[in-house]
Amino acid sequence: MRRYHAAVWDEPLVMEMGRPGRRGIVFDEVEPEVRDAVGDPAELVPAGLRRAAPPELPELSEPEVLRHYLHLSQETLGMMGVSLFGTCTMKYNPRLAWELVARPEIAELHPEQDDETLQGVLELVHGLDLILRGLSGMDRFVFQPGGGAHAAYTHAVITRAYHAFRGELAQRDEIVTTIQAHPCNPATAAAAGFRIVTLPLEENGYPSLDALRAAVSERTAALMVGNPDDMGIYNPEIQRWVEVVHAAGGLCFYDHANFNGVMGKLKARDLGFDACMYMLHKTFGAPKAGGGPAVGAYGCTEELARFLPAPVVVEEGGRYRLDRDRPDSIGKVREFFGNVPQLVYAYTWSRAMGAEGIDEASDISVLLNNYMEKRLLEIRGVAKSHPHLTAPRLEMTRYSLEQVEQDTGITVVDFQNRMADFGIDAFWLSHEPWLVPQPFTPEAGEMWSKEDVDEWIDVLAHVVEEAYADPELVRSAPHNQAIRKLSDTDLNDPANWATTWRAYRRKRPPSDGSSGDGAEPTEDWAKVAP
Amino acid sequence: MTRIGLIVNPIAGMGGRVGLKGTDGIVERARELGATPVAAERTARALVRLERDLVSQKHKVGFELIAAAREMGGDLALGREFAVDVLPGRNGATSAADTRAASRELARREVDLILFAGGDGTGSDIHEIVGDRLPILGIPTGVKMHSAVFATSPENAGEVAAAFVLAGASARLREAEVVDVDEEAAREGRIETRLYGAARVPEDRLRMQSAKARSAPTDEAALDAVCRSLAVGMDPRRIYVLGPGTTTRRVLEHLGLPKTLLGIDAVRAGSLVGSDLGERELLALLEGQAATLVLGVVGGQGALLGRGNQQLSPAVLRRIGLENVEVIAGLGKLAVLDPPWLRVDTGDLQLDAELAGYRRVHVAPRREVIFRVAA
Repeated sequence: MRRYHAAVWDEPLVMEMGRPGRRGIVFDEVEPEVRDAVGDPAELVPAGLRRAAPPELPELSEPEVLRHYLHLSQETLGMMGVSLFGTCTMKYNPRLAWELVARPEIAELHPEQDDETLQGVLELVHGLDLILRGLSGMDRFVFQPGGGAHAAYTHAVITRAYHAFRGELAQRDEIVTTIQAHPCNPATAAAAGFRIVTLPLEENGYPSLDALRAAVSERTAALMVGNPDDMGIYNPEIQRWVEVVHAAGGLCFYDHANFNGVMGKLKARDLGFDACMYMLHKTFGAPKAGGGPAVGAYGCTEELARFLPAPVVVEEGGRYRLDRDRPDSIGKVREFFGNVPQLVYAYTWSRAMGAEGIDEASDISVLLNNYMEKRLLEIRGVAKSHPHLTAPRLEMTRYSLEQVEQDTGITVVDFQNRMADFGIDAFWLSHEPWLVPQPFTPEAGEMWSKEDVDEWIDVLAHVVEEAYADPELVRSAPHNQAIRKLSDTDLNDPANWATTWRAYRRKRPPSDGSSGDGAEPTEDWAKVAP
Repeated sequence: MTRIGLIVNPIAGMGGRVGLKGTDGIVERARELGATPVAAERTARALVRLERDLVSQKHKVGFELIAAAREMGGDLALGREFAVDVLPGRNGATSAADTRAASRELARREVDLILFAGGDGTGSDIHEIVGDRLPILGIPTGVKMHSAVFATSPENAGEVAAAFVLAGASARLREAEVVDVDEEAAREGRIETRLYGAARVPEDRLRMQSAKARSAPTDEAALDAVCRSLAVGMDPRRIYVLGPGTTTRRVLEHLGLPKTLLGIDAVRAGSLVGSDLGERELLALLEGQAATLVLGVVGGQGALLGRGNQQLSPAVLRRIGLENVEVIAGLGKLAVLDPPWLRVDTGDLQLDAELAGYRRVHVAPRREVIFRVAA
């Protein structure tokens, strides 16, 4: 087992650092010619927007700032370790794409420039659209949604527009989904005003066709479903599902959050789906961006394309333009035409992989997951969900540590904490609702090496041994991390934490009774503005 | 100052190791088979954890443990690093009556929580006295632990109790079914879960078990909302017949009406038109009336009809009409049913066959789950 200890910096908050007058950047005085031309630059700010008092910022040199934030980045409990965070495929974000994004051709663009001056970026967006069309069989993609759930919402709203266009919206008020679909499917459908009908798993590990038939009717607006689900089981009847829903007059949406197991192997359109969604920040090598802004690429058939959010990038005779005039569009779900840096990452990744590479990556994902499954099930107390099912698991498998918990009292959260002591990022547990107790869902994906995966499994096995031999060691973890275990009680009480300097000052006033050094920075300056 | 009461059923769990389905009424038989007490050791494990978690935070909270006498708690509680008071009591064999007497005394002393060691029988004995007025928390030491009042292990019971003390007034509670399996039936290989009532327990997803030892549901808010939406959406011209259980009780709570937890009640236009009704009264009440039957699901076995609600006879069900049956359940409760079926056993095979198939179960406002009903 590799020995590990995270950096621990006993360092004040940035607001408490520095010395008066210290600077990171010193700006030149305004040149006389400039002043002659525009007057006093400060006067350019409207009086109503000017601060009555300068903001209380820490006064630090540039290296001090860099050093401080480097230290903080070393205390984040992971994200540069081995991270098999299932249901949310973790991939390396290539530095090549980072460098492309930083180039002035991308970084200095403004989306409201004339289309003629945006030809390069529009070509890239169009190119990515074509790549995703190739993978899905759909007729057009848009990149406005800021994530997977946002793309699911886009679909729910397009469903609404589609049925309204056909005069059936009043009748079609139900969206059908499954209990292992990502919770964003029922949530976004509900947000768009639909009632939700959920299908539970049955004997084969996925809902039955009979349950689906019982669910659909003249009220059905759409089916929203993922396949494989989070247990990694592929529903082989999916084509029949689409037929049943289409026969009832509903649309079918394929949530491709778990695309890694099937990418290059099937096309949503070939299965009959009307629309699908890819998460560029999971499958296509783009950064997760701290929970957004990412991109949920939404694609659909020509029949639905008229409802897509505008503008849409279109190609005409080798030139590109933004088509803003789309009278049946649902409107915008986000500004402009997508988070372009993410699109650059996804385009770079797709072009580097190529069709064959994507196909092979899917094979590697499935192979590595099944290798993991074999090794994990050899560990004492580890079981997989629905163990009686013989259907193969694709790119991930949901497991349970229920036996370990019953034997030792050690929970999956204790495992997350203790594995962090070995430089392993916390694993994902399960989406709601929990169908198996003490769940965890690791997913390897194609980019982790066998050594990475072996190390991950070795650490889990080691912690299981510790749970049986010395449960207290596990329960009180982490021990080698930047911070110790926090008590739930403290976390649940807002008096014990603060996410802003202002809240911190309010909750932890300086012990001398003063408001701290310098001017009153907290509530009062908020009142200064007129 | 937070005060926790402690009641240990010293013979709980003795039947398990020797293959008896519980220890109710057969302690001597268990002893003959070589059973030894397990409750004391498991209780001690919980108390060690409680002590550890509280001692580390001692500067923050006031705490006292009030234990039942001798082997029912006092013997295990004394000598720890927190204040302990012991109820007076006698030596010798203990019984369910002693459990109830201790519960009564702890309630009189206004403890904030009763921590108990035992199984489903012990839990239902305590619940019989304190109902849902006082939160309870079980250290799992019995043979059968189907109720949702137990922690998943003795250590976790100690941790949950400590967290309850540390949280003080902000401690979060949830409703939990108190059930027991008929031990006579279980020894003959039949599982018959009986709902005794509803208790309140500390909420803790990781360390508390739901009914039948599966993952704990966290669907309180959705369940409450769907009960409310059903209550406010009632058609004033119809009679609503409500089956037993805590879910249907929530529906009536939203109308400000009392519910017979283990019986059948009926309402129309916001008023009770019958309480704890039998078959004959139901048939008379429903004569010529449009009616809707609202049912909950008994956790664990997924019983819908024919368990604990036999008043809803085939004749009553036919009079209401099968298309007028609405089922409400928490999504978490449905999700852990294994196999994933609801069961009906009305005594009328033809009716059971008509009820079988797929039925919509309300799990939240505007959200339903399609669930298979099996005869």
